[in-house]
Amino acid sequence: MKRCLIVDDSSVIRKVARRILENFGFSVIEASDGRQALDVCGKEMPEAILLDWNMPVMDGFDFLRALGAMPSGDKPKVVFCTTENDLAHIARAMHAGADEYIMKPFDKEIVEAKFQEVGLI
Amino acid sequence: MTPQDYAYLSKLLNERSGLQLAGDKQYLIESRLLPVARENNCGSIGDLVTKLKAFAEEPLRRRVTEAMTINESFFFRDKTPFDRFQDTVLPYMQKIRGASKRLRIWCAASSTGQEPYSLAMMFKQAGAAFAGWKISIVASDISTEVLEKAKSGLYTQFEVQRGLPIQLLLKYFKQDGDQWRISQELRDMVQYRQHNLLDSFAPLGMFDVIFCRNVLIYFDSKTKQDVLSRISRTLVKDGHLLLGAAETVVGFTNLFAPMPEKRGLYVHAAAKKPQPQLAAMSA
Ligand SMILES: C[S@@+](CC[C@H](N)C(=O)[O-])C[C@H]1O[C@@H](n2cnc3c(N)ncnc32)[C@H](O)[C@@H]1O
Repeated sequence: MKRCLIVDDSSVIRKVARRILENFGFSVIEASDGRQALDVCGKEMPEAILLDWNMPVMDGFDFLRALGAMPSGDKPKVVFCTTENDLAHIARAMHAGADEYIMKPFDKEIVEAKFQEVGLI
Repeated sequence: MTPQDYAYLSKLLNERSGLQLAGDKQYLIESRLLPVARENNCGSIGDLVTKLKAFAEEPLRRRVTEAMTINESFFFRDKTPFDRFQDTVLPYMQKIRGASKRLRIWCAASSTGQEPYSLAMMFKQAGAAFAGWKISIVASDISTEVLEKAKSGLYTQFEVQRGLPIQLLLKYFKQDGDQWRISQELRDMVQYRQHNLLDSFAPLGMFDVIFCRNVLIYFDSKTKQDVLSRISRTLVKDGHLLLGAAETVVGFTNLFAPMPEKRGLYVHAAAKKPQPQLAAMSA
Protein backbone atom coordinates (compact mmCIF):
# COMPACT_ATOMS: atom_id res chain seq x y z
CA MET A 1 0.00 0.00 0.00
CA LYS A 2 1.36 3.43 -0.97
CA ARG A 3 1.84 5.91 1.84
CA CYS A 4 0.71 9.51 1.50
CA LEU A 5 1.67 12.24 3.94
CA ILE A 6 -0.87 15.05 4.27
CA VAL A 7 0.65 18.29 5.52
CA ASP A 8 -1.89 20.96 6.45
CA ASP A 9 -2.50 23.03 9.57
CA SER A 10 -6.27 22.65 9.23
CA SER A 11 -7.57 19.45 10.77
CA VAL A 12 -10.77 19.78 8.71
CA ILE A 13 -8.81 19.76 5.46
CA ARG A 14 -6.64 16.85 6.63
CA LYS A 15 -9.79 14.90 7.39
CA VAL A 16 -11.35 15.56 3.97
CA ALA A 17 -8.09 14.80 2.15
CA ARG A 18 -7.59 11.64 4.21
CA ARG A 19 -10.99 10.32 3.22
CA ILE A 20 -10.31 10.98 -0.47
CA LEU A 21 -6.84 9.43 -0.43
CA GLU A 22 -7.88 6.37 1.57
CA ASN A 23 -10.55 5.81 -1.05
CA PHE A 24 -7.80 5.71 -3.66
CA GLY A 25 -6.04 3.05 -1.60
CA PHE A 26 -3.38 5.12 0.18
CA SER A 27 -2.35 4.64 3.74
CA VAL A 28 -2.37 8.14 5.20
CA ILE A 29 -0.08 9.90 7.68
CA GLU A 30 -0.78 13.45 8.87
CA ALA A 31 1.39 16.39 9.85
CA SER A 32 0.24 19.91 10.75
CA ASP A 33 3.34 21.82 9.69
CA GLY A 34 6.55 21.46 7.69
CA ARG A 35 8.66 20.65 10.74
CA GLN A 36 6.50 17.67 11.71
CA ALA A 37 6.45 16.59 8.08
CA LEU A 38 10.25 16.55 7.98
CA ASP A 39 10.32 14.32 11.07
CA VAL A 40 7.97 11.87 9.37
CA CYS A 41 10.11 11.83 6.21
CA GLY A 42 13.27 11.37 8.28
CA LYS A 43 11.87 8.17 9.76
CA GLU A 44 10.29 6.67 6.67
CA MET A 45 9.88 8.39 3.32
CA PRO A 46 6.28 8.24 1.97
CA GLU A 47 5.56 7.79 -1.75
CA ALA A 48 3.39 10.89 -1.92
CA ILE A 49 2.99 14.21 -0.13
CA LEU A 50 -0.03 16.51 -0.29
CA LEU A 51 1.37 19.83 0.83
CA ASP A 52 -0.22 23.08 2.02
CA TRP A 53 1.73 26.30 1.58
CA ASN A 54 0.82 28.59 4.49
CA MET A 55 1.44 26.88 7.83
CA PRO A 56 2.92 27.94 11.17
CA VAL A 57 6.42 26.83 12.27
CA MET A 58 7.58 25.83 8.79
CA ASP A 59 5.64 26.55 5.61
CA GLY A 60 5.24 24.24 2.65
CA PHE A 61 7.76 26.00 0.47
CA ASP A 62 10.53 25.80 3.09
CA PHE A 63 9.62 22.18 3.73
CA LEU A 64 9.98 21.39 0.03
CA ARG A 65 13.48 22.87 -0.02
CA ALA A 66 14.48 21.03 3.16
CA LEU A 67 13.12 17.82 1.64
CA GLY A 68 15.24 18.41 -1.45
CA ALA A 69 18.32 18.67 0.74
CA MET A 70 17.66 15.35 2.50
CA PRO A 71 20.12 12.59 1.61
CA SER A 72 17.53 9.82 1.13
CA GLY A 73 17.39 8.09 -2.26
CA ASP A 74 13.76 7.77 -3.33
CA LYS A 75 12.06 11.15 -3.22
CA PRO A 76 8.28 11.27 -2.88
CA LYS A 77 5.98 12.93 -5.41
CA VAL A 78 4.96 16.27 -4.00
CA VAL A 79 1.57 17.77 -4.85
CA PHE A 80 0.96 21.25 -3.49
CA CYS A 81 -2.58 21.90 -2.26
CA THR A 82 -3.05 25.53 -1.35
CA THR A 83 -5.06 28.74 -1.65
CA GLU A 84 -2.05 30.45 -3.27
CA ASN A 85 -3.81 30.39 -6.60
CA ASP A 86 -1.71 32.61 -8.80
CA LEU A 87 0.80 31.93 -11.53
CA ALA A 88 3.72 33.38 -9.57
CA HIS A 89 3.24 30.97 -6.66
CA ILE A 90 2.67 28.02 -8.98
CA ALA A 91 5.83 28.82 -10.94
CA ARG A 92 7.84 29.14 -7.72
CA ALA A 93 6.60 25.80 -6.41
CA MET A 94 7.28 23.96 -9.66
CA HIS A 95 10.70 25.52 -9.91
CA ALA A 96 11.50 24.35 -6.37
CA GLY A 97 10.72 20.76 -7.35
CA ALA A 98 6.99 20.19 -6.77
CA ASP A 99 5.43 17.62 -9.14
CA GLU A 100 1.88 18.95 -9.33
CA TYR A 101 -0.24 21.73 -7.91
CA ILE A 102 -3.81 21.82 -6.64
CA MET A 103 -5.56 25.12 -6.13
CA LYS A 104 -8.07 25.07 -3.31
CA PRO A 105 -10.98 24.50 -3.18
CA PHE A 106 -10.41 20.93 -4.32
CA ASP A 107 -12.52 17.81 -4.56
CA LYS A 108 -12.13 14.10 -5.24
CA GLU A 109 -12.03 14.56 -9.04
CA ILE A 110 -9.21 17.07 -8.87
CA VAL A 111 -7.12 14.98 -6.46
CA GLU A 112 -7.65 11.97 -8.71
CA ALA A 113 -6.66 13.87 -11.87
CA LYS A 114 -3.53 15.32 -10.28
CA PHE A 115 -2.39 12.06 -8.67
CA GLN A 116 -2.92 10.30 -11.99
CA GLU A 117 -0.87 12.98 -13.67
CA VAL A 118 2.17 12.11 -11.58
CA GLY A 119 1.58 8.37 -11.81
CA LEU A 120 0.46 7.79 -8.23
CA ILE A 121 -2.91 6.35 -9.22
CA MET B 1 -43.23 18.20 -14.97
CA THR B 2 -45.86 15.75 -16.24
CA PRO B 3 -44.87 12.58 -18.13
CA GLN B 4 -46.54 14.14 -21.20
CA ASP B 5 -44.32 17.23 -20.95
CA TYR B 6 -41.27 15.02 -20.57
CA ALA B 7 -42.27 12.93 -23.59
CA TYR B 8 -42.80 16.08 -25.66
CA LEU B 9 -39.40 17.49 -24.69
CA SER B 10 -37.62 14.18 -25.36
CA LYS B 11 -39.15 14.05 -28.80
CA LEU B 12 -38.19 17.64 -29.58
CA LEU B 13 -34.61 16.96 -28.49
CA ASN B 14 -34.41 13.75 -30.49
CA GLU B 15 -35.76 15.29 -33.67
CA ARG B 16 -33.45 18.24 -33.52
CA SER B 17 -30.20 16.71 -32.34
CA GLY B 18 -30.52 12.91 -32.53
CA LEU B 19 -29.97 12.76 -28.78
CA GLN B 20 -31.96 10.25 -26.86
CA LEU B 21 -32.99 10.97 -23.28
CA ALA B 22 -32.93 8.07 -20.89
CA GLY B 23 -36.16 7.55 -18.96
CA ASP B 24 -34.81 8.96 -15.72
CA LYS B 25 -33.52 12.38 -16.67
CA GLN B 26 -36.55 14.39 -15.44
CA TYR B 27 -34.53 16.01 -12.70
CA LEU B 28 -31.71 17.02 -15.05
CA ILE B 29 -34.13 18.41 -17.61
CA GLU B 30 -36.02 20.34 -15.01
CA SER B 31 -32.92 21.97 -13.61
CA ARG B 32 -31.71 22.84 -17.12
CA LEU B 33 -35.05 24.17 -18.36
CA LEU B 34 -36.33 26.15 -15.38
CA PRO B 35 -34.01 29.09 -16.12
CA VAL B 36 -35.07 28.98 -19.78
CA ALA B 37 -38.72 28.96 -18.71
CA ARG B 38 -38.15 32.03 -16.54
CA GLU B 39 -36.27 33.87 -19.30
CA ASN B 40 -39.35 33.39 -21.42
CA ASN B 41 -41.89 34.49 -18.83
CA CYS B 42 -43.12 30.99 -18.18
CA GLY B 43 -43.82 30.08 -14.55
CA SER B 44 -43.21 26.36 -15.01
CA ILE B 45 -41.92 23.73 -17.41
CA GLY B 46 -45.58 23.01 -18.23
CA ASP B 47 -46.06 26.60 -19.40
CA LEU B 48 -42.89 26.37 -21.44
CA VAL B 49 -44.13 23.23 -23.17
CA THR B 50 -47.46 24.91 -23.87
CA LYS B 51 -45.61 27.79 -25.48
CA LEU B 52 -43.45 25.43 -27.56
CA LYS B 53 -46.53 23.59 -28.76
CA ALA B 54 -48.37 26.78 -29.64
CA PHE B 55 -45.67 28.75 -31.44
CA ALA B 56 -43.14 27.66 -34.05
CA GLU B 57 -40.59 30.03 -32.54
CA GLU B 58 -37.20 28.97 -33.84
CA PRO B 59 -34.97 30.76 -31.27
CA LEU B 60 -36.93 29.27 -28.37
CA ARG B 61 -36.76 25.75 -29.82
CA ARG B 62 -33.05 26.12 -30.31
CA ARG B 63 -32.55 27.49 -26.80
CA VAL B 64 -34.53 24.61 -25.26
CA THR B 65 -32.63 21.98 -27.27
CA GLU B 66 -29.29 23.46 -26.27
CA ALA B 67 -30.24 23.61 -22.62
CA MET B 68 -31.08 19.91 -22.66
CA THR B 69 -27.84 18.69 -24.22
CA ILE B 70 -25.11 17.31 -22.03
CA ASN B 71 -21.89 19.13 -22.67
CA GLU B 72 -19.46 18.16 -19.99
CA SER B 73 -15.87 18.03 -21.18
CA PHE B 74 -12.37 18.29 -19.81
CA PHE B 75 -8.81 18.67 -20.95
CA PHE B 76 -7.11 15.45 -22.14
CA ARG B 77 -10.28 13.56 -21.26
CA ASP B 78 -9.64 9.83 -20.67
CA LYS B 79 -5.95 10.44 -21.48
CA THR B 80 -5.56 7.22 -23.57
CA PRO B 81 -6.91 8.66 -26.85
CA PHE B 82 -4.43 11.50 -26.53
CA ASP B 83 -1.62 9.03 -25.83
CA ARG B 84 -2.64 7.09 -28.99
CA PHE B 85 -2.75 10.34 -30.92
CA GLN B 86 0.76 11.10 -29.71
CA ASP B 87 2.37 7.67 -30.09
CA THR B 88 0.54 6.32 -33.16
CA VAL B 89 -1.32 8.94 -35.19
CA LEU B 90 1.19 11.77 -35.12
CA PRO B 91 4.30 9.76 -36.08
CA TYR B 92 2.30 8.14 -38.91
CA MET B 93 0.99 11.46 -40.19
CA GLN B 94 4.39 13.04 -39.91
CA LYS B 95 5.71 10.37 -42.23
CA ILE B 96 2.96 10.18 -44.82
CA ARG B 97 2.20 13.91 -44.91
CA GLY B 98 5.86 14.89 -44.80
CA ALA B 99 5.68 16.22 -48.35
CA SER B 100 2.49 18.28 -48.17
CA LYS B 101 2.99 19.23 -44.51
CA ARG B 102 -0.75 19.66 -44.15
CA LEU B 103 -2.99 18.09 -41.60
CA ARG B 104 -6.71 18.59 -41.06
CA ILE B 105 -8.29 17.49 -37.79
CA TRP B 106 -11.95 17.61 -36.84
CA CYS B 107 -13.33 17.60 -33.33
CA ALA B 108 -16.99 16.79 -33.95
CA ALA B 109 -19.08 17.79 -30.91
CA SER B 110 -16.25 19.71 -29.32
CA SER B 111 -18.39 21.27 -26.59
CA THR B 112 -16.57 23.95 -24.58
CA GLY B 113 -13.26 23.50 -26.40
CA GLN B 114 -11.13 21.42 -24.04
CA GLU B 115 -10.67 18.69 -26.67
CA PRO B 116 -9.44 20.88 -29.57
CA TYR B 117 -7.28 22.95 -27.20
CA SER B 118 -5.71 19.78 -25.80
CA LEU B 119 -4.71 18.89 -29.37
CA ALA B 120 -3.45 22.40 -30.03
CA MET B 121 -1.26 22.16 -26.92
CA MET B 122 0.11 18.82 -28.11
CA PHE B 123 1.20 20.38 -31.39
CA LYS B 124 2.83 23.28 -29.55
CA GLN B 125 4.60 20.81 -27.25
CA ALA B 126 5.80 18.82 -30.26
CA GLY B 127 7.71 21.96 -31.25
CA ALA B 128 10.15 21.47 -34.12
CA ALA B 129 8.54 18.20 -35.29
CA PHE B 130 5.70 20.15 -36.90
CA ALA B 131 7.45 23.42 -37.62
CA GLY B 132 6.34 24.77 -41.01
CA TRP B 133 3.25 22.55 -41.12
CA LYS B 134 -0.21 23.85 -41.79
CA ILE B 135 -2.30 22.26 -39.06
CA SER B 136 -6.02 23.00 -39.12
CA ILE B 137 -8.13 22.00 -36.18
CA VAL B 138 -11.82 22.40 -36.94
CA ALA B 139 -14.07 22.13 -33.90
CA SER B 140 -17.83 21.99 -34.21
CA ASP B 141 -20.86 21.66 -32.00
CA ILE B 142 -24.60 22.03 -32.33
CA SER B 143 -24.76 24.45 -29.42
CA THR B 144 -23.86 28.10 -29.98
CA GLU B 145 -23.61 28.57 -26.23
CA VAL B 146 -20.75 26.10 -25.77
CA LEU B 147 -19.05 27.44 -28.90
CA GLU B 148 -19.05 30.95 -27.46
CA LYS B 149 -17.35 29.69 -24.34
CA ALA B 150 -14.88 27.67 -26.39
CA LYS B 151 -13.97 30.72 -28.46
CA SER B 152 -13.47 32.85 -25.36
CA GLY B 153 -10.97 30.26 -24.11
CA LEU B 154 -11.99 31.13 -20.56
CA TYR B 155 -12.15 28.34 -17.97
CA THR B 156 -12.90 28.13 -14.27
CA GLN B 157 -10.33 27.03 -11.73
CA PHE B 158 -12.20 23.76 -11.45
CA GLU B 159 -12.08 23.14 -15.21
CA VAL B 160 -8.34 23.76 -15.53
CA GLN B 161 -7.65 21.25 -12.79
CA ARG B 162 -9.32 18.27 -14.42
CA GLY B 163 -6.84 16.63 -16.74
CA LEU B 164 -4.64 19.62 -17.51
CA PRO B 165 -1.07 19.13 -16.22
CA ILE B 166 0.06 22.12 -14.17
CA GLN B 167 3.06 22.70 -16.47
CA LEU B 168 0.68 23.27 -19.39
CA LEU B 169 -1.40 25.68 -17.31
CA LEU B 170 1.77 27.62 -16.52
CA LYS B 171 2.80 27.68 -20.13
CA TYR B 172 -0.40 28.40 -22.01
CA PHE B 173 -2.83 30.15 -19.64
CA LYS B 174 -3.11 33.55 -18.00
CA GLN B 175 -5.27 34.53 -15.07
CA ASP B 176 -8.34 36.58 -15.88
CA GLY B 177 -10.19 37.54 -12.70
CA ASP B 178 -10.82 34.27 -10.94
CA GLN B 179 -10.76 32.37 -14.23
CA TRP B 180 -8.04 31.23 -16.62
CA ARG B 181 -7.74 32.16 -20.28
CA ILE B 182 -5.89 30.09 -22.83
CA SER B 183 -3.36 32.03 -24.92
CA GLN B 184 -4.34 33.81 -28.11
CA GLU B 185 -1.82 31.73 -30.02
CA LEU B 186 -3.67 28.53 -29.11
CA ARG B 187 -7.07 30.07 -29.71
CA ASP B 188 -5.89 30.97 -33.21
CA MET B 189 -5.10 27.32 -33.93
CA VAL B 190 -8.75 26.26 -33.65
CA GLN B 191 -11.57 27.21 -36.02
CA TYR B 192 -15.00 26.89 -34.45
CA ARG B 193 -18.13 26.13 -36.49
CA GLN B 194 -21.72 25.65 -35.50
CA HIS B 195 -22.69 22.30 -36.98
CA ASN B 196 -25.32 19.66 -36.34
CA LEU B 197 -24.12 16.06 -36.82
CA LEU B 198 -27.52 15.26 -38.33
CA ASP B 199 -26.76 17.68 -41.20
CA SER B 200 -24.45 17.18 -44.16
CA PHE B 201 -20.69 17.10 -43.48
CA ALA B 202 -19.89 18.28 -47.00
CA PRO B 203 -19.27 21.95 -46.09
CA LEU B 204 -16.55 20.87 -43.67
CA GLY B 205 -14.28 19.16 -46.22
CA MET B 206 -12.14 16.05 -45.71
CA PHE B 207 -10.09 15.23 -42.63
CA ASP B 208 -7.00 13.21 -41.75
CA VAL B 209 -8.08 12.67 -38.16
CA ILE B 210 -11.55 12.82 -36.63
CA PHE B 211 -12.32 12.95 -32.93
CA CYS B 212 -15.96 12.12 -32.30
CA ARG B 213 -16.13 11.52 -28.61
CA ASN B 214 -18.85 11.27 -26.02
CA VAL B 215 -21.69 12.23 -28.27
CA LEU B 216 -22.51 8.97 -30.11
CA ILE B 217 -23.43 7.38 -26.78
CA TYR B 218 -26.44 9.68 -26.58
CA PHE B 219 -27.71 8.79 -30.07
CA ASP B 220 -30.10 5.97 -30.95
CA SER B 221 -28.64 3.10 -33.05
CA LYS B 222 -29.98 4.37 -36.33
CA THR B 223 -28.46 7.80 -35.83
CA LYS B 224 -25.18 6.22 -34.70
CA GLN B 225 -25.03 4.14 -37.88
CA ASP B 226 -25.85 7.11 -40.05
CA VAL B 227 -23.31 9.43 -38.43
CA LEU B 228 -20.56 6.80 -38.53
CA SER B 229 -21.12 6.02 -42.18
CA ARG B 230 -21.02 9.70 -43.10
CA ILE B 231 -17.87 10.11 -40.99
CA SER B 232 -16.29 7.34 -43.03
CA ARG B 233 -16.85 9.44 -46.17
CA THR B 234 -15.34 12.50 -44.51
CA LEU B 235 -12.20 10.73 -43.34
CA VAL B 236 -9.41 10.30 -45.90
CA LYS B 237 -8.49 6.73 -46.83
CA ASP B 238 -5.49 6.56 -44.54
CA GLY B 239 -7.10 8.62 -41.78
CA HIS B 240 -7.80 7.83 -38.14
CA LEU B 241 -10.98 8.02 -36.11
CA LEU B 242 -10.99 8.36 -32.32
CA LEU B 243 -14.06 7.59 -30.24
CA GLY B 244 -14.84 8.06 -26.56
CA ALA B 245 -14.06 5.52 -23.86
CA ALA B 246 -17.62 4.17 -23.76
CA GLU B 247 -18.11 4.15 -27.54
CA THR B 248 -17.46 1.64 -30.27
CA VAL B 249 -18.22 1.01 -33.94
CA VAL B 250 -18.79 -2.66 -33.26
CA GLY B 251 -22.40 -3.56 -34.01
CA PHE B 252 -23.09 -0.24 -35.77
CA THR B 253 -20.94 -0.28 -38.86
CA ASN B 254 -18.31 -2.40 -40.53
CA LEU B 255 -16.82 0.55 -42.34
CA PHE B 256 -14.24 0.98 -39.57
CA ALA B 257 -11.87 -1.48 -37.96
CA PRO B 258 -10.40 -1.05 -34.50
CA MET B 259 -6.60 -0.91 -34.47
CA PRO B 260 -5.31 -3.90 -32.55
CA GLU B 261 -4.01 -3.02 -29.07
CA LYS B 262 -4.95 0.63 -29.59
CA ARG B 263 -8.17 1.15 -27.72
CA GLY B 264 -10.51 3.78 -29.16
CA LEU B 265 -8.53 4.19 -32.38
CA TYR B 266 -10.08 3.16 -35.72
CA VAL B 267 -9.09 3.07 -39.38
CA HIS B 268 -11.12 2.41 -42.53
CA ALA B 269 -11.93 -1.30 -42.66
CA ALA B 270 -10.89 -1.35 -46.32
CA ALA B 271 -7.50 0.13 -45.46
CA LYS B 272 -6.37 -2.13 -42.67
CA LYS B 273 -2.87 -1.67 -43.96
CA PRO B 274 -3.04 2.07 -44.55
CA GLN B 275 -1.36 3.26 -47.72
CA PRO B 276 -0.13 6.82 -47.97
CA GLN B 277 -2.29 9.04 -50.14
CA LEU B 278 -2.65 12.73 -50.71
CA ALA B 279 -6.35 13.16 -50.12
CA ALA B 280 -5.72 15.80 -47.49
CA MET B 281 -5.42 18.15 -50.43
CA SER B 282 -9.04 17.65 -51.35
CA ALA B 283 -10.20 20.07 -48.69
C1 LIG C 1 -20.44 15.38 -23.63
S1 LIG C 1 -19.99 16.58 -24.83
C2 LIG C 1 -18.51 15.90 -25.50
C3 LIG C 1 -17.40 16.92 -25.62
C4 LIG C 1 -16.05 16.37 -26.05
N1 LIG C 1 -16.10 15.73 -27.34
C5 LIG C 1 -15.52 15.40 -25.02
O1 LIG C 1 -15.47 14.21 -25.25
O2 LIG C 1 -15.16 15.83 -23.91
C6 LIG C 1 -21.22 16.32 -26.08
C7 LIG C 1 -21.44 17.50 -27.01
O3 LIG C 1 -22.18 17.05 -28.14
C8 LIG C 1 -22.96 18.12 -28.61
N2 LIG C 1 -24.01 17.60 -29.48
C9 LIG C 1 -25.12 16.95 -29.11
N3 LIG C 1 -25.86 16.62 -30.18
C10 LIG C 1 -25.20 17.10 -31.26
C11 LIG C 1 -25.46 17.09 -32.65
N4 LIG C 1 -26.57 16.52 -33.16
N5 LIG C 1 -24.55 17.68 -33.47
C12 LIG C 1 -23.44 18.26 -32.97
N6 LIG C 1 -23.15 18.29 -31.67
C13 LIG C 1 -24.01 17.72 -30.82
C14 LIG C 1 -23.44 18.78 -27.34
O4 LIG C 1 -23.83 20.14 -27.57
C15 LIG C 1 -22.21 18.65 -26.42
O5 LIG C 1 -21.46 19.82 -26.45
